Amino acid sequence: MNLLLLILIPLVTALAIWLVRTPQQVRLVAFAGAAVQFALSFGLLGAYRLARAGGNSQVFIFQQQYQWFPSWGISFHVGVDGIAVAMIILTAFIVMAGVLVSWTVTKMTKEFYLLLILLSLGAYGFFISLDLFVLFFFLEVAVIPKYLLIGIWGSGKKEYAAGKLALMLMLGSALVLVGMLGMYFGSGADKTFNLVALSGQAIPATVQQICFPLLFAGFGIFTALFPFHTWVPDGHSSAPTAGSMFLAGISMKLGGYGCLRVAVYLLPAGAKAYGDVVIVLAAIAILYGAFATMLQRDLKYMNAYSSISHCGFVLLGIGMLTQTALTGAVMQMVSHGVMTALFFAVIGMLYQRTHTRQINEMGGLMRVMPFITTVLFFTGLCSLGLPGLSGFVAEMTIFTGSWQNPGSFYRAAVIVSCMSIVVTAVYILRAIGKVAMGPLPKQFELLTDAAWYEKAAAVLLLAGILAIGLAPGWLNSLVSPATELIMQKINATSAGIK
Amino acid sequence: MPNTTLVLLIALLPLAAFILLGLWGKKLFSQSAGVIATVLILAATMLAWYTAYKYFFVYGNTAGIYQKIPLFSYSWLSFSPGMSIDMGIVLDPISAMMLVVVPFISLMVHVYSLAYLKGEERGAVYYAYLGLFTFAMLGLVLSANIFQLYFFWELVGVSSFLLIGFYYQKPSAVAAAKKAFIVTRFADLGFLIGILVLSSSANSFDFATIIQQLGNPQQAAAQSATAASFMGISALSWGVALVFMGGAGKSAMLPLHIWLPDAMEGPTPVSALIHAATMVVAGVFLVARLFLVFSMSPAVLQLVAYTGAGSAVFAAIIACTQTDIKRVLAYSTMSQIGFMMFALGISGKEGDAALGYTASMFHLFTHAMFKALLFLAAGSIIHFVHSNHMSNMGNLRKYMPVTHGVFLIACLAIAGIPPFAGFFSKEAILLAAFEQNKIIFYTALFTSGLTAFYMFRLYFKIFWGTTQSDYHSHGEGGAAMLLPLLLLGVASCAAGFIPFGNYVTLNGAVLPLHLHIGFSVAPVLLALAGIAVAAWLYKKANSRPAKLAAFMGSFYKWAAHKFYVDELYNYVTQKIIFNLIAKPAAWIDKNVVDGLVNFSGNSTVLASEKIKGWQSGKVQQYATYFLVGIVVLAVVFIYLRK
Repeated sequence: MNLLLLILIPLVTALAIWLVRTPQQVRLVAFAGAAVQFALSFGLLGAYRLARAGGNSQVFIFQQQYQWFPSWGISFHVGVDGIAVAMIILTAFIVMAGVLVSWTVTKMTKEFYLLLILLSLGAYGFFISLDLFVLFFFLEVAVIPKYLLIGIWGSGKKEYAAGKLALMLMLGSALVLVGMLGMYFGSGADKTFNLVALSGQAIPATVQQICFPLLFAGFGIFTALFPFHTWVPDGHSSAPTAGSMFLAGISMKLGGYGCLRVAVYLLPAGAKAYGDVVIVLAAIAILYGAFATMLQRDLKYMNAYSSISHCGFVLLGIGMLTQTALTGAVMQMVSHGVMTALFFAVIGMLYQRTHTRQINEMGGLMRVMPFITTVLFFTGLCSLGLPGLSGFVAEMTIFTGSWQNPGSFYRAAVIVSCMSIVVTAVYILRAIGKVAMGPLPKQFELLTDAAWYEKAAAVLLLAGILAIGLAPGWLNSLVSPATELIMQKINATSAGIK
Repeated sequence: MPNTTLVLLIALLPLAAFILLGLWGKKLFSQSAGVIATVLILAATMLAWYTAYKYFFVYGNTAGIYQKIPLFSYSWLSFSPGMSIDMGIVLDPISAMMLVVVPFISLMVHVYSLAYLKGEERGAVYYAYLGLFTFAMLGLVLSANIFQLYFFWELVGVSSFLLIGFYYQKPSAVAAAKKAFIVTRFADLGFLIGILVLSSSANSFDFATIIQQLGNPQQAAAQSATAASFMGISALSWGVALVFMGGAGKSAMLPLHIWLPDAMEGPTPVSALIHAATMVVAGVFLVARLFLVFSMSPAVLQLVAYTGAGSAVFAAIIACTQTDIKRVLAYSTMSQIGFMMFALGISGKEGDAALGYTASMFHLFTHAMFKALLFLAAGSIIHFVHSNHMSNMGNLRKYMPVTHGVFLIACLAIAGIPPFAGFFSKEAILLAAFEQNKIIFYTALFTSGLTAFYMFRLYFKIFWGTTQSDYHSHGEGGAAMLLPLLLLGVASCAAGFIPFGNYVTLNGAVLPLHLHIGFSVAPVLLALAGIAVAAWLYKKANSRPAKLAAFMGSFYKWAAHKFYVDELYNYVTQKIIFNLIAKPAAWIDKNVVDGLVNFSGNSTVLASEKIKGWQSGKVQQYATYFLVGIVVLAVVFIYLRK
């Protein structure tokens, strides 16, 4: 399978959006592009499984490499493993749903969809890159559109939020860049940005210990690493609905993926040295994020803070450095991506109708919006880790994997993180109990339920949540061979490093 | 050998009801939802009874021992070698017994609801939730894997949430639903960590493996797990204690009981099914399921025993003071579950010492029948007088003769009067307690007397006394309401005669339950005394109850206020957790963490404001900087030279 298609289709879609005239045409083109990409991502899954079943045991398959700046060791090199495939499917789901929920955007429709597609292009490119320079390039492609999406189509303190988000993510990018250069110059004889080549080299331990914190913190900012998480609430809350969905569903996952693929995979000794720090920060983010969520009155702020808590699980799983925990971290990325996108979509639908996002101003909406509130129930229950939905699978995998580490420190971190499931239940039920249940205020009596495009988006994401929650085997068997290879690398380098 | 498909169907039929009615109930089956659900549950009940019959009488018993028969296993999620969640089904005496109870009570509730919820526009939703609950409960009792059990454990929790909050426009119902979910979730935190502890000691989530590895003192895993580890307590003790925390939450044991009385906000048939007969005994079931592992830690078994006994007497005292008929029944449920729990706690493993185990399961069985009956009868009464409060009831035996009859049977059963069902199971529990632990025995004896008293207080206040209003109502409800009452009434009379020790024992062998007439005299006399006192106080309106309450003084007040446990919880959650943890967390995030971000942003802007004048584009200014720079450098170099 030709991975370049994954970049080409968004590019063609973007071009077509640019060429067509009416908003309706723009929507249809964007939808068609997203749909093709959606089908393609499943084609990729099938092809990947076939290739693996056929005995292809390379770490990355479907590789293609074109020279770009040979003198600097930069090439346009792409390829995927199970983790990347999972992230690509996640992206395809969210892009599709994002296009659908934005159906009624009237302000500068063309530019809006153009930016959405551009953002997805950055994400797809990021997930298939096997060259650090290319990876960095796509990371930046995925940042810039966010600034515009929030600044132009946002609400509330949008300029502040957009600026804060862009600056903090740029800081992350800068750290990543420095870390990458450190690896480049410190890696030994063959100076290269190639991920596959670097993974085969023995990078000196001192270099690893300097570069790992830079890379991990850099990517960590994207995935709301405590204490660099404060762009999340403001950014998500000011963004338009599809923007929030992309931010929480895709952008935050770029960070987690980067941490795993670049920082941990290339610098296993660094990961071992800093694993405990990561665990502490993750546990703080999980519990402290959950407590901070309890206080939020605005639905979007609530979901944004809860994302900090949930993404903490990703970092916890990575910090634990056991195969099961790493698998859980990837599952949590996929699960949280779908779930939070759906949550933001539902909040958007509620806001469009009630013109408020304040939890206290809503009430009893189940009577007038049975569909929307049912989806809200499902999302909320997924967030609090109800079995049968994706959150449970991911969190339990992380807990089980983390518990494999003996020692009170790790056990304490798991217990602290487990506590969040109670706090999560509190804030989720409070929100659901107020928004969907209780008496219906008079001014909401004439509101209508979801339109077809909203239903389509919700059903799509709900299907994703259920597909993982009810039958997690497919995701587990996709991801765990890849995490096993990462673990082999980590275990191989354990000698000589404390 | 059992037919796996049939056993799977038992659980899948209620699931089918949930999916069918959940997706299309409103559009396609708004009129027929109840009938569809009832038919599906009826089919499930017949299959379940057929399976239980086959298990107990055809293939379950090999050479005098009831076997654990694993039926089916599907690797649902595999974490690492050994550690995987295998969805499976296991048939053994307790799961087969639950197959008799759960679908039957569910069926009774379905039939009863056909009349009780007639005209409810959200009927389809109601039956969908009931289907979800029945599915989850069946999945729970059939689970072969502890993580699978946790899976269904959470699902019964959420269906309980949905059903308590069924009247979602009532703020009190929403609050009760949230409370039930959150309190049990807190308990489940313990359960989850307990699972992690136990499974990592046994390197499996499978019940059979866990019990085989940890339940046998000869096993290396058990020996290392019972060695003291954290805070002087062994890993195994921590594990089972934490698992018990989950069980105590679900079964409304002290101090995690606070959700159960509030859960009575749900429709009354739901209370009968979930909050009386089935879900609340899940904690007892869990302890029974892992009993061999629990028995490796005598300290935790003591904890189980004293928690159970304490809850039994505590709830019985409160029940004497409540005026809402459903709340009295709720506290009585808690009290009776306390009996089951301490019976497990005092039980031994071998021979006659294992009587407590069988007695506990026996009581679970009989209690399901008479407590479901009490709740359904209470539903009829509430339906008739349109109030939950005893003060609005009186002399109802004239108006509801059938309900009166079955209610009396259920009261006699719970009070432990022979030959009704509760007598036999309670005698077995008391006998076990008498042999194992005298403190608990006397507590239980006292509680039995109290039970008779408060149940007959309820009985006399409702059915005797004076008519409170002209109940211009519609009789006792149709056949759909009376049939379940009558069937459960028969069960409450007959269930005690089942030779339970022949079927449900810890090791699968026969453990005959003897009736010691001499031993039974005291409890029965005490129960009769309780009834007599209740009759003296409440049969006719008089001033004695008020005088008694005044005589009891502040103790009465404390009991009537449920010993202020709710207030204590409110204090801890609102004042301590919310104000001292959540609020500071949010404040720190906004002001300190984000403050630093904003500060660094603002100071960068400020700094650039300050220094932007330096790049003014004026050549003269640059020349000045240049000169000053040269001079400074010159001075520095000259100074350094020296």
